[in-house]
Amino acid sequence: MELMGEIWRYVRVRKKFWLVPVLLMLLVFGGLIVLTQGSPVAPFIYSLF
Amino acid sequence: MRILGISAFYHDSAAALIEDGRIVAAAQEERFTRVKHDARFPAHAIAYCLEEAGCTLGEVDHVAFYEKPLIKFERLLETYLASVPSGFRSFQMAIPVWIKEKLFQKSNLRKALRGLPGGAAWNGDLLFTEHHQSHAASAFYASPYESAAVLTMDGVGEWCTTSIGHGEGNRLALKRELHFPHSLGLLYSAFTYYTGFRVNSGEYKVMGLAPYGEPRFVDTILDRLIDLREDGSFWLDQRYFNYTTGLTMTGDAFANLFGGPPRKPEAPLTQREMDLAASVQKVTEIVVGRLAAAAARETGERRLCLAGGVALNCVANGKLLREGPFDDIWIQPAAGDAGGALGAALAVWHQFLGQPRMPLGDRRDGMQGAYLGPAFEQAEIEERLAAGGAVFETRSEAEVTEAAADALAEGKAVGWMQGRMEFGPRALGGRSILGDPRSPSMQKTLNLKVKYRESFRPFAPSVLREDVADWFDLDTDSPYMLLVAGIAPGRCRGMTEEEDALFGIDKLNVPRSEIPAVTHVDHSARVQTVHRDTNPRYWNLIDAFKRKTGCPVLVNTSFNVRGEPIVCTPEDAFRCFMGTGIELLVIGNCILHKDKQDPALLKSYEDAFELD
Repeated sequence: MELMGEIWRYVRVRKKFWLVPVLLMLLVFGGLIVLTQGSPVAPFIYSLF
Repeated sequence: MRILGISAFYHDSAAALIEDGRIVAAAQEERFTRVKHDARFPAHAIAYCLEEAGCTLGEVDHVAFYEKPLIKFERLLETYLASVPSGFRSFQMAIPVWIKEKLFQKSNLRKALRGLPGGAAWNGDLLFTEHHQSHAASAFYASPYESAAVLTMDGVGEWCTTSIGHGEGNRLALKRELHFPHSLGLLYSAFTYYTGFRVNSGEYKVMGLAPYGEPRFVDTILDRLIDLREDGSFWLDQRYFNYTTGLTMTGDAFANLFGGPPRKPEAPLTQREMDLAASVQKVTEIVVGRLAAAAARETGERRLCLAGGVALNCVANGKLLREGPFDDIWIQPAAGDAGGALGAALAVWHQFLGQPRMPLGDRRDGMQGAYLGPAFEQAEIEERLAAGGAVFETRSEAEVTEAAADALAEGKAVGWMQGRMEFGPRALGGRSILGDPRSPSMQKTLNLKVKYRESFRPFAPSVLREDVADWFDLDTDSPYMLLVAGIAPGRCRGMTEEEDALFGIDKLNVPRSEIPAVTHVDHSARVQTVHRDTNPRYWNLIDAFKRKTGCPVLVNTSFNVRGEPIVCTPEDAFRCFMGTGIELLVIGNCILHKDKQDPALLKSYEDAFELD
């Protein structure tokens, strides 16, 4: 819940309301990806995250 | 009031602690865990900082994290959306990390902090500064300047890759920014990848390789890769790069442009890689020069502070100092992301809390020579060495200095561990391997038998500040080894026509000056000036060497082998000593001779670490 509050504050301050549906979709698809993933970072030459 | 700064979860995690605005301690996590570029939560570095300050986490008022994770996430999402569907593989790998961990960074940080000894009592604020705000704060607030222009350049933070700012007193404002994917750091990293080196650590190698090559690709880079404007702003043509959505730095178009696929790591170096290195280095210098000129125009300042990974490009820094427009520049010694920990803490103190800057008094700057890490008392050194089975003699400080100077004058490689460990990637005489710069074979010996690294890589000189102008084309402080300058013309050796005509790596074995071990093939050197007030023991050692040889210069390289973090403790130093060609080790007032050690403790160190 703390995260939801943070994201809401972030969306308001940065005026990124258009990202809200994207974030919701991500929770669904991201959750699926998480369930089917092993180690995610290794193949990157340079991970930008 | 105490503020703890943290950088973590990307690369080079670190912690820094300030007390009423004074920097008490700062260290990188890798030095404690012995994992190079360790990105994990810096529990060991934090524990050390608290120990140095003599407090517990419960007595820390604020904790500052060096960047804003949600804005970084925004950048990722918008980048993937902009390139759909081509970035799906990258998306598929990056997003789970965020969904599982990184989105919860605030609560994870809080949990990790509470899990530290004494952390349960911590109830302070957890604050987040922006990535380039952290860099800028680490550069300006630690500098000796009351007001200055500030330039930060790196790969990428949240969105920002380059910023121009203005600092006055305790105020610091970033006035202009360039945003991802247009990044000077990433352009340099793309060439680092393409020339077969590891991104995020091989950039130094590209810089060191550049003088062997001809910058014949400069026009290609300027015409095709980068649209550079008069004010230093630029635009990278993403058709040639792959880092926004792919798993590599460059793509097929880049390979076609430069005539072949990337060099495979550890494959033999050819003239092409040297020419590519020379070219990207030249372009970097042009961009940095234009950005600096814009910063001068915009702020009206005559002094400049630099930070961000690109500020570790000491060749570009040296050129900037020589060619202006600034009268003086100051570079944060921990210019990379580790320094963000310090910057975050300083930003909270001055910007968030509005506290004034402290008068410098007789200090050179706020960094205390960058000696901000752990030190060991003499009794503790002896205890630790004895427990490790080392055979050592304890002598007075003056005797130790003389013995080390004698060994250096005899051409021996000397391990030198004294006082507090340095903060930042450079060893500055606290955790160093030293040698005689006059020896024509010293560079090769140190590279191949001591450091186990590529033979083309140059070594840097430490010189007494009082003598710098006599030996180098430089007459300013360079205490953090972040300025490259030429060898003084009177110290250079005339070259024969045959020697002048040599190409590439063949240039390496030609002595070019009175101090060939620290003279690069273009007659330049990455100079560290040694100051009596910040490191008296090291100053005394070089002075003793000067008395014996007439030369106030030493070869100074970090106390580690390729791929290993710089040593931190006496045990680390002893292990490295026993695994390499170092002949004499001095820790505090203890002297260790290699030939007196138990042969059973000798072991090959060459393959002990993953190559960087």
